[in-house]
Amino acid sequence: MNPNGQPIVEVNNLKKYFQTKKGMLHAVDDVSFTIRKGETLGLVGESGCGKSTLGRVMIRLLDATSGEVKFWGEDILKYSSGRMKAMRKKVQIVFQDPYSCLNPRLSVSELIAEPLVVNKVFSSSAERVKKIRELMDTVGLAQRLVNSYPHELDGGRRQRVGIARSLALSPEFIVLDEPVSALDVCIQAQILNLLNSLQRQFGYTYVFISHNLSVVKHVSDRIAVMYLGKVVELSDYRSLFVEPLHPYTQALLSAIPLPKFGKKRDRIILEGDVPSPIEPPEGCRFQGRCLYRQDICKEKTPELRELEPGRSVACHFARALVPARGQ
Amino acid sequence: MENKKLLLDIQDLTIHYITESGNVHAVENLNLTLEHGENLGFVGETGAGKTTTALGIMGLVPNPPGKVMGGKILFEGEDLLKKSERQMRDIRGGKIAMIFQDPMTSLNPVMTVDKQIAEMVLLHNDVTEQQALERAQEMLELVGIKRERAKDFPHQFSGGMKQRVVIAIALACNPTLLIADEPTTALDVTIQAQVLELMHDLRRKINTSLVMITHDLGIVAEMCDKVAIMYAGKVVEYAPTEALFNRPTHPYTEGLFNSIPDLEKDEEELKVITGLMPDPTNLPSGCAFHPRCPYAADSCSSEVPAMLEIAPGHFAACPVRAGRWAKTEAAPAEVKS
Repeated sequence: MNPNGQPIVEVNNLKKYFQTKKGMLHAVDDVSFTIRKGETLGLVGESGCGKSTLGRVMIRLLDATSGEVKFWGEDILKYSSGRMKAMRKKVQIVFQDPYSCLNPRLSVSELIAEPLVVNKVFSSSAERVKKIRELMDTVGLAQRLVNSYPHELDGGRRQRVGIARSLALSPEFIVLDEPVSALDVCIQAQILNLLNSLQRQFGYTYVFISHNLSVVKHVSDRIAVMYLGKVVELSDYRSLFVEPLHPYTQALLSAIPLPKFGKKRDRIILEGDVPSPIEPPEGCRFQGRCLYRQDICKEKTPELRELEPGRSVACHFARALVPARGQ
Repeated sequence: MENKKLLLDIQDLTIHYITESGNVHAVENLNLTLEHGENLGFVGETGAGKTTTALGIMGLVPNPPGKVMGGKILFEGEDLLKKSERQMRDIRGGKIAMIFQDPMTSLNPVMTVDKQIAEMVLLHNDVTEQQALERAQEMLELVGIKRERAKDFPHQFSGGMKQRVVIAIALACNPTLLIADEPTTALDVTIQAQVLELMHDLRRKINTSLVMITHDLGIVAEMCDKVAIMYAGKVVEYAPTEALFNRPTHPYTEGLFNSIPDLEKDEEELKVITGLMPDPTNLPSGCAFHPRCPYAADSCSSEVPAMLEIAPGHFAACPVRAGRWAKTEAAPAEVKS
């Protein structure tokens, strides 16, 4: 919503590897980008591309293998646990599954109160109750639900509780990890509208993780496309959809079935599946499925470079592919 | 009514789930027809009754708590609801096959995939085991899996490949009708594209009719000839795909379209349907959609709307909006009076 804001989060060469029996799993592999105050960065990719891991490493729910995550210029990965605890008020996360992320034995008011209690925000319970009621209004939960338990609520309302919890401490930066994926389209639309209006009202900065491209496009200012632990393209949402540069982005976009009659598109059908992220070979991660691969793609890993202002792509042939697509 | 040309003719089907907390009206007086070789999209949200209808056709409604309360399901002119369990067993997998949503759970984890396909072939055809296994390998090839992988177990396949195996099982006996319940929902978009492409190809080769249950209108636009939109156990709109996409008539259909972010336009805000799906044990009187409907008139809360044919083949259960495309965009206000 605010493309010219100050950089609030800077991610530099962030890596997250997991040791597995079969070898090192490269979940997030050398990712760098900047998020500006008040904007929404969309993070898209297919299952296993590392988008959720990236979201978690960014707010230190998982420890990074190496790299930096700077929040207002300070590397939070170096923070002591005490400082990090204070920091956590400013960074929050909303999880995908509103069915499993809420404690089934706490009522709505207890759930929303939890972050306030843990961080000892209010000394009196009257103040806390007032804040809970305010938060319920903010996220559109009827006051009569204050003593309901999660199992009494439908998915949309549960997700509203999840959002209220994340807003309780007035954060600046919120990671939304597939917040609408478990919801039906009508409820999904309601939650998307809520997230948008909250951002307008309070100036939150979002990272919106999703595999649903039309949803990501709807909410994001800029979009990062991930493939096998790497960001392969990072662009403002319009250019990304009008003229995707990376061959993977092109295939991904062409794969979405459009809810319109008679709109036939040239679909790029990718062969095979996403390869394993365990000990990935040198070179471009996408080369095994790429239509344009050359020898160099096997040997050299393409860097994410800025092709034109605001549009970065990690492909050796990005520039060459532009005219090829024009026909 | 009993038209021999129709492959499937569902009349006034009503299925309830009888539970302690009340009668769940999963499917209420559902009417639907499908011609030979046709592709029908079946769209609705969670709890709309799509899957229950499919299970009804298959004779697989879990009983208890499920109970078919009434109606007919005519398949090639014969009422499936009157068949014995034995007869149904011959039909299931033979003439009517079903693909379930989750390929991870619909395969047997301790059986190689060729055996799982052969099992189906053996059950419905008079063949030797060797012939059945041969047929299994043919089917695997047909769905794009190499013969060498026939002896692999499901866990050795990725999600998309597993769904291919499930499709191979479903099509092994050349069914006349294939019911696919959200066949690609569990898959990533690029894999979904592969599977949809495959289903397209196979339909051309095998000439099976398809009932495609989905919540994704994009898939419907691509795959289906006709669409039925379900809401709270009823079909509220039924039309050829083109008519439904270009002239959506029922307010629920309209709301559904508005809820999907448009990839080709910028919208600040989505026009949402307010409120929630009604409680299926206690459906609103009259039109089940009226509490959420922006066009609701007084009569909507008392009269159950009938399906009106607003254009040839295009039905909608909404008297208020039926004339929407007749006059040029009738304003909702003037109808309300």
